[in-house]
Amino acid sequence: MPDLRDMAWIDSAARAQAAADPSAERMVINMGPQHPSTHGVLRIVLELDGEEVINVWPDIGYLHRGDEKIAENMTYTQFIPYTDRLDYLAPLANNVAYALAVEKLLGVDVPRRCKYIRVICCELARISSHLLGIGCYAMDVGATTVFFYAMRQRELVHDLCETLSGARFTTAYTRIGGLMNDLPPEFLPLLQTFLKGLPATVAEIDGLLTRNRIFVDRTKNIGVLSAADAIDLGLTGPNLRASGVEFDLRKAHPYSAYEEFDFEVPVGTVGDCYDRYLVRMEEIRQSIRILHQAVERLPDGPWHVDDPKIFLPRKEKVLTKMEELIHQFMIVTEGLNAPPGEIYFSAENPKGELGFLIISRGGGVPHRLKIRGPSFVNLQALPKLCIGHMVSDMTAILGSLDFVMGECDR
Amino acid sequence: MKQLTPVAFDTRMEQRDVIVTRLDAAIDWIRKSSCWPQPMGLACCAIELMASGAARFDIARFGAEVMRFSPRQSDVMIVAGTCTYKMAGITRRIWEQMPSPKWCIAMGACASSGGMYRSYAVVQGVDNFLPVDVYISGCPPRPEALLEGFITLQKKIMASKQFGNLWSPDPAPVDERLLKGPIVIRGE
Repeated sequence: MPDLRDMAWIDSAARAQAAADPSAERMVINMGPQHPSTHGVLRIVLELDGEEVINVWPDIGYLHRGDEKIAENMTYTQFIPYTDRLDYLAPLANNVAYALAVEKLLGVDVPRRCKYIRVICCELARISSHLLGIGCYAMDVGATTVFFYAMRQRELVHDLCETLSGARFTTAYTRIGGLMNDLPPEFLPLLQTFLKGLPATVAEIDGLLTRNRIFVDRTKNIGVLSAADAIDLGLTGPNLRASGVEFDLRKAHPYSAYEEFDFEVPVGTVGDCYDRYLVRMEEIRQSIRILHQAVERLPDGPWHVDDPKIFLPRKEKVLTKMEELIHQFMIVTEGLNAPPGEIYFSAENPKGELGFLIISRGGGVPHRLKIRGPSFVNLQALPKLCIGHMVSDMTAILGSLDFVMGECDR
Repeated sequence: MKQLTPVAFDTRMEQRDVIVTRLDAAIDWIRKSSCWPQPMGLACCAIELMASGAARFDIARFGAEVMRFSPRQSDVMIVAGTCTYKMAGITRRIWEQMPSPKWCIAMGACASSGGMYRSYAVVQGVDNFLPVDVYISGCPPRPEALLEGFITLQKKIMASKQFGNLWSPDPAPVDERLLKGPIVIRGE
């Protein structure tokens, strides 16, 4: 593997090839980091033989913001807004995964109402992420209309997020041991309206793409990944399931009351770009099912743990009672008192398995916080998927992988 | 003396058949009405940039819906997202590939100042290497804030008398208040 930052290497490689190949059929070209189909700042160096891709070197790190180092310098609660910006297409799901990881370290279990609200959050995030993923994917292969249909529904998810947390986009809705606040009264009617309209949009996208001759021609049998390869490369999420492996953390290791919900895990048969699209479409439909169940069965009761050492006491108590004032002071200044230990927790995010490894030496600040971003692992499949295809298939393959550089580079 | 009716900025209409205007004003008006953005989508803000381009906020109302991924075809660079040191050189290179006249919008806290990422990897504001015209606060800014920033940039373009710059390499100084200091839009 050459040093990709070395532009001289690309020049010399190109020159050496020009000498060996006077008709210039072989060439090394650069794709990204500023390219519409890289969905962010991914750079790919391609070696081409005519139009055929014969070698691929992905170069990542253009969005490395030092999240893991930042986490070591702040309390567990302060890091929640940074989780929004990992997979920035699904901030709510990241919040939930992180809160669950810290709760596992603390050894606390949240009330059932909180778990259900978190399920609603995760599934809303999944719908919003897949809508954008499919919209951009379709735009990359030439169907611009789908993007506008998808974005229209996504705006409604943004409205729901705004009702929930006050922010359209970066929600920071969960807290360790609970949530920012209970569901606002206007949220559930809004959610039901949204759920009523969403199947129509999904059907519209389905009608625009699933049997669209151009879309099918550009995606079927492109970027095929076998089940064995997908497992070897450590893929997770829809990309793994499209290869025919039925693995979903919501079923395999249920968390946050997912065992109480009735839903199916869609799997593909071939593992090509078309299957990855179909799996995402079906996941949206399954998310709608889960949301309906969650709204129907949403339990009453407390929405945060009743432990003032973990969850901030209510403000009126802080202002009137000595003990609560001390608890609030301790949580805000020093953070939660986490026990020493090492835990790993992962959740099924829209892109795949988002894991947090927390090494604690006690106190309110993690000693080390490692983030396992699904996009980082999913991108490993890129050379396997692209080699042997035409250069124009690159956009279809990149779109179907649906990665986010925020969580890949962290 | 025929009567001239004002119809637009610096433009008069003479008895409904002839339009009299200054060349500066006409060219600036044309320029501000079809600013093609170079969407420098680096991180989260890029998603709100996409939302601005979609149906609900519809940046096409301001003539800026033609997102050009080739810097050679674009007029205004919207830096949307966290700029790391690794990306800074490339951003600058793309900026230099854009033909003049060109403008730059720093969208969001990261592009304006580094934002919440005070770390070893992140440039603390793209104004370290780009001449930013409009800063938009917010993390990320709402699409409405981006649109307001864009409208402000249009006002700045109207005030800039860019036509003079074709003949002299130095921009002619303009006394408009718009050109004094950076413009900051509250985005949250």
